[in-house]
Amino acid sequence: MDKKEFIARRIALELNDGDVVNLGIGLPTLVANFLPAGVHLMLQSENGFVGIGPVPDEITPIGQPRTVNAGGAPCSIIPGGATFDTSISFALMRGGHLDACVLGGLQVDENADLANWMVPGKNVPGMGGAMDLAVGARQVIVAMEHTAKGEKKILKKCNLPLTAKGRVSTLVTELALFRFHDGKLTLEEIASGVTLDEIKDATEAAFVVSPNVKEMVISQVGL
Amino acid sequence: MTSKKLEIDQVASFLRDGMTIMYGGFMGNGTPPRLMQAILDSGVKDLTVIGDDAAFSDTSKGPAGIGLLIQHHRVKKMITGHIGLNKEAQRQMLAGEMEIELCPIGTIAERIRAGGSGLGGVLTPTGVGTSVEDVPQDLTINGQKYTKKPVFVINGKGFLYETPLKADLAVLEAVTSDRVGNLVYYTSMRNHNPLMALAADTVIVEAHQIVEVGCIDPDHVMTPGVLVDHIVYPG
Repeated sequence: MDKKEFIARRIALELNDGDVVNLGIGLPTLVANFLPAGVHLMLQSENGFVGIGPVPDEITPIGQPRTVNAGGAPCSIIPGGATFDTSISFALMRGGHLDACVLGGLQVDENADLANWMVPGKNVPGMGGAMDLAVGARQVIVAMEHTAKGEKKILKKCNLPLTAKGRVSTLVTELALFRFHDGKLTLEEIASGVTLDEIKDATEAAFVVSPNVKEMVISQVGL
Repeated sequence: MTSKKLEIDQVASFLRDGMTIMYGGFMGNGTPPRLMQAILDSGVKDLTVIGDDAAFSDTSKGPAGIGLLIQHHRVKKMITGHIGLNKEAQRQMLAGEMEIELCPIGTIAERIRAGGSGLGGVLTPTGVGTSVEDVPQDLTINGQKYTKKPVFVINGKGFLYETPLKADLAVLEAVTSDRVGNLVYYTSMRNHNPLMALAADTVIVEAHQIVEVGCIDPDHVMTPGVLVDHIVYPG
């Protein structure tokens, strides 16, 4: 299993039946594939609806009225879904009406700051909806590989442009799960076969080890 | 009542160099394609455009949307949230050929709503402590000059002040319009369209179908026709 799938499988267990959730593009989108039986989410699409459904069997051509997701790819809306304008869509985020969002990350630091939207001089796609999501969702879950090509990503202080300050609730990597408790980065779970020293070596940020630290359990859906 | 019907070749009479245009759509979904083509064909240039994103440069993946005008160098400045799937927009920004003001999408929507609602601006927690604060401003508040966005700490929580947005023209796409411009949108194609209908001096909608007055239940109207100046019928 690759790292991304492992992370997505762990986050799938963070979400509860009936939650209203926004999954970011990329790794976060994979989470929906691993939800345990009986867990049904109302997924928000930031372009203006809740109730993201599967890709339709027949794709309506570009130019005709059709439903797309926030990445512009064709999708459907499940029964019980609802459509609205952008103001309502982002009010759902900012106003604290989402139970959780799952975002990719470039860096997270010990102040719960997140950087995930640009690398100066390299890639400046724009923040899109990431800042509104990070600032407003009740739980901000970051899905991120622990390091990138040997570079540490969990830092004392982010050095890439921030997405939001002090808003990360939970951070899941292929090595560990951390939560912020009273503003303190806390190690709560360690992946099977990984040692605490390995996590310390791969992490620049200072963190507290929870007295109840345990082994990570991931969703077994489809395994 | 004067007809709001507008022929596509009359659109050019509303266009001039240097004007500000809001365009509906999210990744081109809900951006009026014939109006985009009409703007391009008119030869108008040096536009400031305000909208969600720069849509697709690879038009096998999705519509060109505003990308049609970017590709032909008609856009001088863009206020938008995302240009990541338009390589040409990224290139023009990095080369300094086009000015891009990046703004979180939720903030764009509220700035447009504020502009169209007669409000003095928006206070949002989004962007506090990020580079969004640093976008150059030419602002005077209570006699004090600001060159970046002021942060107001209100009962202990920080909010960025964001200015309202208005435009000379808004171009919208609706699935259904009646003859007086009451609009119904299709699912994800609604997005910024209803907000922009409030915020421009002239509002032109391109509709996929036209119905007689009375055919749309007033409770189902998504944008009231009183906001719509002109309707381009299906061609």
